[in-house]
Amino acid sequence: MSDSPSPLIPIPRGPLPAIPPPPERRLVRIAIDGQAVSVPEGATLLEAARGIGIDTPTLCYLENLTPVNVCRVCVVELEGSRTLVPACSRKVEPGMSIHTDSERVRLSRRLVLELLASSVDLSAAPAAQAYLERYAAHPERFGPAASTAAQPVKIDNSLYVRDYGKCILCYKCVEACGVDAQNTFAIAVAGRGFEAHISTEYGVPLPESACVYCGNCIGVCPTGALMFKSEFDMRQARVWDESSQTQTDTICPYCGVGCTLTVHAQDGRIVKVTSPLDQPVTNGHLCIKGRFGWQFVETITSDTSPPTPRVAP
Amino acid sequence: MVDPRRTSSAQWARAWLGLHVGSDISLANAMGREIIVSGLAHREFIEHATSGFDPYRDAVAAYTLERAERDTGVPAAAIREAAHAYAKAGRAQICWTLGITEHHNAVDNVLALLNLALLTGHVGRYGSGLNPLRGQNNVQGGGDMGALPDRLPGFQHLENGELRAKFERAWGAAIPPRRGWHLSAMFEAMERGELTALYVIGENPADSEADRHRALRLLEGLQCLVVQDLFLTRTAEMADVVLPAAAGWCESEGTVTSSERRVQRVRRAVGPPPGVRDDIEIIYDLARRLGHDWGAPDAEGLWNELRRLSPMHAGMSYARLEQLGGIQWPCWDESHPGELYLHSRLWHDPLIGPRAPFSVVEFQPPVDTLDDQYPIRLTTGRRLDSYNTGVQTSRYASPLRRAETLDLSPHDGVRYGIADGEKVRISSRRGSVVAPVRYDPGLRPGLAFLTVHFAEEVATNELTVDAICPKSGTSEFKATAIRIDKFQEN
Amino acid sequence: MDLRLGAEQPTEEERSAVDGEVGSGERHRLLPVLHALQSRIGWISPGAVNHVAARLMIPPAEVFGVASFYGMFSLEPRPARAAQVCDDIACLIQGAAPQHPHVGCLGLCDRWGQPPALHAGRLLYRVGKADPASLRDYIRHAGYKALAKALEMGPDSVIREVLASKLLGRGGAAFPAGKKWQAVRASASPTRYVVCNADESEPGTFKDRVVMEGDPFAVIESMTIAGFAIGAECGYLYVRGEYPLAAERLTHAIHEARAHGVLGGNILGRGLSFDIELRRGAGAYICGEETALFNSIEGYRGEPRNKPPYPTEAGLFGQPTLVNNVETLINVPGIVLDGGAAYAAIGTAYSTGTKLYCLSGHVARSGVYEAVFGATLRELIEMAGGVAGSGRLQAVLLGGAAGAFVSPQELDTPLTFEGTRAIGASLGSAVVMLFDDTVDLKKILLRIAAFFREESCGQCVPCRIGTVRQEELLDRGGQDAIPILREVGQAMRDASICGLGQTASSAIESALNRGLLHE
Repeated sequence: MSDSPSPLIPIPRGPLPAIPPPPERRLVRIAIDGQAVSVPEGATLLEAARGIGIDTPTLCYLENLTPVNVCRVCVVELEGSRTLVPACSRKVEPGMSIHTDSERVRLSRRLVLELLASSVDLSAAPAAQAYLERYAAHPERFGPAASTAAQPVKIDNSLYVRDYGKCILCYKCVEACGVDAQNTFAIAVAGRGFEAHISTEYGVPLPESACVYCGNCIGVCPTGALMFKSEFDMRQARVWDESSQTQTDTICPYCGVGCTLTVHAQDGRIVKVTSPLDQPVTNGHLCIKGRFGWQFVETITSDTSPPTPRVAP
Repeated sequence: MVDPRRTSSAQWARAWLGLHVGSDISLANAMGREIIVSGLAHREFIEHATSGFDPYRDAVAAYTLERAERDTGVPAAAIREAAHAYAKAGRAQICWTLGITEHHNAVDNVLALLNLALLTGHVGRYGSGLNPLRGQNNVQGGGDMGALPDRLPGFQHLENGELRAKFERAWGAAIPPRRGWHLSAMFEAMERGELTALYVIGENPADSEADRHRALRLLEGLQCLVVQDLFLTRTAEMADVVLPAAAGWCESEGTVTSSERRVQRVRRAVGPPPGVRDDIEIIYDLARRLGHDWGAPDAEGLWNELRRLSPMHAGMSYARLEQLGGIQWPCWDESHPGELYLHSRLWHDPLIGPRAPFSVVEFQPPVDTLDDQYPIRLTTGRRLDSYNTGVQTSRYASPLRRAETLDLSPHDGVRYGIADGEKVRISSRRGSVVAPVRYDPGLRPGLAFLTVHFAEEVATNELTVDAICPKSGTSEFKATAIRIDKFQEN
Repeated sequence: MDLRLGAEQPTEEERSAVDGEVGSGERHRLLPVLHALQSRIGWISPGAVNHVAARLMIPPAEVFGVASFYGMFSLEPRPARAAQVCDDIACLIQGAAPQHPHVGCLGLCDRWGQPPALHAGRLLYRVGKADPASLRDYIRHAGYKALAKALEMGPDSVIREVLASKLLGRGGAAFPAGKKWQAVRASASPTRYVVCNADESEPGTFKDRVVMEGDPFAVIESMTIAGFAIGAECGYLYVRGEYPLAAERLTHAIHEARAHGVLGGNILGRGLSFDIELRRGAGAYICGEETALFNSIEGYRGEPRNKPPYPTEAGLFGQPTLVNNVETLINVPGIVLDGGAAYAAIGTAYSTGTKLYCLSGHVARSGVYEAVFGATLRELIEMAGGVAGSGRLQAVLLGGAAGAFVSPQELDTPLTFEGTRAIGASLGSAVVMLFDDTVDLKKILLRIAAFFREESCGQCVPCRIGTVRQEELLDRGGQDAIPILREVGQAMRDASICGLGQTASSAIESALNRGLLHE
């Protein structure tokens, strides 16, 4: 840097930078519910169905995670296949003929929803509730003695709670904690069968685990099993009112990555922070500061007292 | 991964080069020499787009791998491997943070890295480049907007008469024709008595300046200190006037610019507490009191004014920022998508604009030298859940947070007879603080680590040296010579 | 990787147990390491998990997740040795007391009453005749002739003969073995694997154990031929954890074979390189599912993978993999020696060769019976001395817990893949378990339902919860439960990820369909 004004400022324009084009994807012809469609090679049946406006239910699928196809609510009928196939992960193959709303499909989807709703608390899972209605599910027919995953809520830190009585074991939190986002691996699936559950090693409390409180597990949880402590407390106090909340997209106040934050506010106060899946920088994943570090703006209390004024600690 | 500390990121890396603090230039020059002597330099690119290669080659000739091993403590073989991997990669980026720039020779450190990119052609192409990773959400935007001593918005040089005239016409006011002071120069000017009034917006220099003892003395000596902040910070406590300000990211409208030059909208999600106002409102009001009525404060109107004056922002209307989820500058007009990477011009044939120069830079060890009295190298940084002087982050209850500790290699703990958790007095040539020791196996012997997150308890900047990079004005926060002594409670 | 470990430290004994098994220090050593801890310490402690995590670079939560998957590992202190009393169906009808928790079938169903019977044909002729510990004796009984001939023939000819033999996989799915061999052989990837599935865990099944204990070299030789044919240099032999004697004899056989130049580098001086690593399962029925087995070997939870991709494209460690079970593989030497056409002439047009059956329950002489495909169920029962117990047959469980109950009216069904399919049953793992008319079949069905509930890996909803509901509904009984039971069964069959869930309702539905369940 010399002391004289640099002729390089402003920078002279060069050719428009571009991402090298991805390799051409061949189009594959398949039939969905009798309708012929062409979709790019490598696409999933879910993408193909959504592409023509067919609303396929999903619980364990999320755009920013690797499909694990464990909930099986997205199954569709593939002609020639002995069993139904998961739309979220099955890739299109030339000549496939798919039925997304056959009797068999509807039965399996309804049963999956009934099995889940009869064993876990779906009260904080609006998407699942809507599916239950759509498929006319009657989970109560398994009777009052049906085993459930009911258990006490785990409250072992100040930022978020884990209510595994609401957990449908969709693996999303494990993926978000692991290779799909955070690479922290604080939690894994432990045990087997109906006893399978999300756990730290030996179930140690989060503060003794590898958890870094990025909260990306909360961000992907579809049932409210993982919940901000702020939201949990307000729900307990019966002051949580989603209908009166505003959601505003802005940018995280901390580092230079530029993650989009969706600020959820109720009565003019921030109640939680999420991040949209389609934000181009980190696909909806955040760190502890972005997700939880907003409390400096004002102190949230579960009662109706006015915000604590901003004075230095 | 090049870092004196074996951080979490270093543990993920294919290779970790744990160099001595401040020996970056020797490492970079040795990599440059190795790339040249191994025939891995990108000859076509160098001939096409650069200048000054010969003097560079001659200068780095002295930086043999063996010499670099002596300077940096990194095994020669590891340096060689890193050089080869970088040069042979199809796409390669160099990313850095304050470990490069918080040094007395910050700009030289950066130039040494630029040399490597020029040498290999890893610049101006998709997936390649040089990335200073920004530590704040709008540190890039601040520079973009002209918060630099010698620049007007859009990096237009203040001392360029033509550019200055453009702004003077738009603003109807004369702009001083000479550059101003950067932060460190301001403190020097305070020392000389040339700077007597200071208006601080969103900064806490009482805690964040190196050689805090001196900083506090100079701030106290000011005739007038105005602080505009969200909080009554340590600096604000010293102020004559405090202007309570809204949180820029959620209580007001505007833009920030991220590390990747992406201009993004911030939006008002909640209203500020009573009596607290948006930065723009405060400044407009101030202007009015000073006799200039700028009208009603309006973030989008201000932004559009910038777009008229700064060609690199011209195409970024609020509507487009909304639609595209942010735009990376430069964005020349409303049909321009913004630029994914910079310097594409260097690959154009014929070359557009001037050649990119190699710079001859030499290794200069840190100013605060180690000796028998101060044998330990202290470096500073952040912890995941905390941020700068802790003004924001102290207000949420992080389960990860632990009080300040002097992180020390277990080897040094044994050597100095200090147990894990034991309180020690930490002294530098400027001051001393008391903190408990925490053994950190990620630190090599002779290296210690503190943050600046807990200035109330441990005022780390009592220790740091105010050695300044003359080109950037940055202090050498990263390299302090310290001593540790057993602490006797009185 | 950046590991964060808990504060617990390993004991010296734990450290030594782990360090002795760490080997290459890669994740796939996890199962052997956990076995070493379990057998030496008696349980897997937090300190031990930390040490395992650090040595293998696996996050402790994942080590715990894997260890807690397997029935044989204890995560609480417990004596190093614990007796297990089987209370699975074959033992239940002999009067075994129900255990809490249940102890799944240990594959010793042939041990009730008298010495186990063995009816040998072309597959079992060495069992009980040749010393299973002696390679010399194996060779004296025509061992390694097939490998020598295969090396002469070349890989493509070997595969041609296996194709010509029409050998169908004996693991339950009856897939043409030659097609698998051909697909792996044709793969573009230079790294391929042979996996021998010796995780025989289907209740009432013990034939592969008899082969492994009685003729271990045959398994080794067969795998070597497979490795040669498909171009693999490495084979994994995954033996059920409950089969310690089989594992011991196979381990010995592998050492012997290496020492005598028929395994390892430069086999028979012909430049062929193929070696076998034996892995012990640890008490998880699901690991008999081929992709769960891969995950288990790789050091992950034994959860089945979604297919496609099939193992022949992306199997063990993501590489093309040939998986065959023990019985399938030991057919190969005979095919190589006699030629595929000669083999195909045995049995029926579709079901070629001979088949090993596991007879147990109320049968006069329980044991393994080798019979040419096409023999009827009645003939097989007569070979075994007829119905025991009350002498009045109520039902036969054919194919195992995942199989079907057949009624006494169906005894003339020819035992072939096509014959059993025609009556809505399957050969499955060739279990033939007899129940006399004194048995309360509902108890048997409840035990089968409990088995699937306990052995479900828990990954997919239909199986994880469906197996629970199936057991509850069965227990609840009553006419209103039956339609729900059938719907649960259909959802498990249609929507489960793997064969476990898909067949978990099979035996129960077969009993319902045949009116065998009396409410």
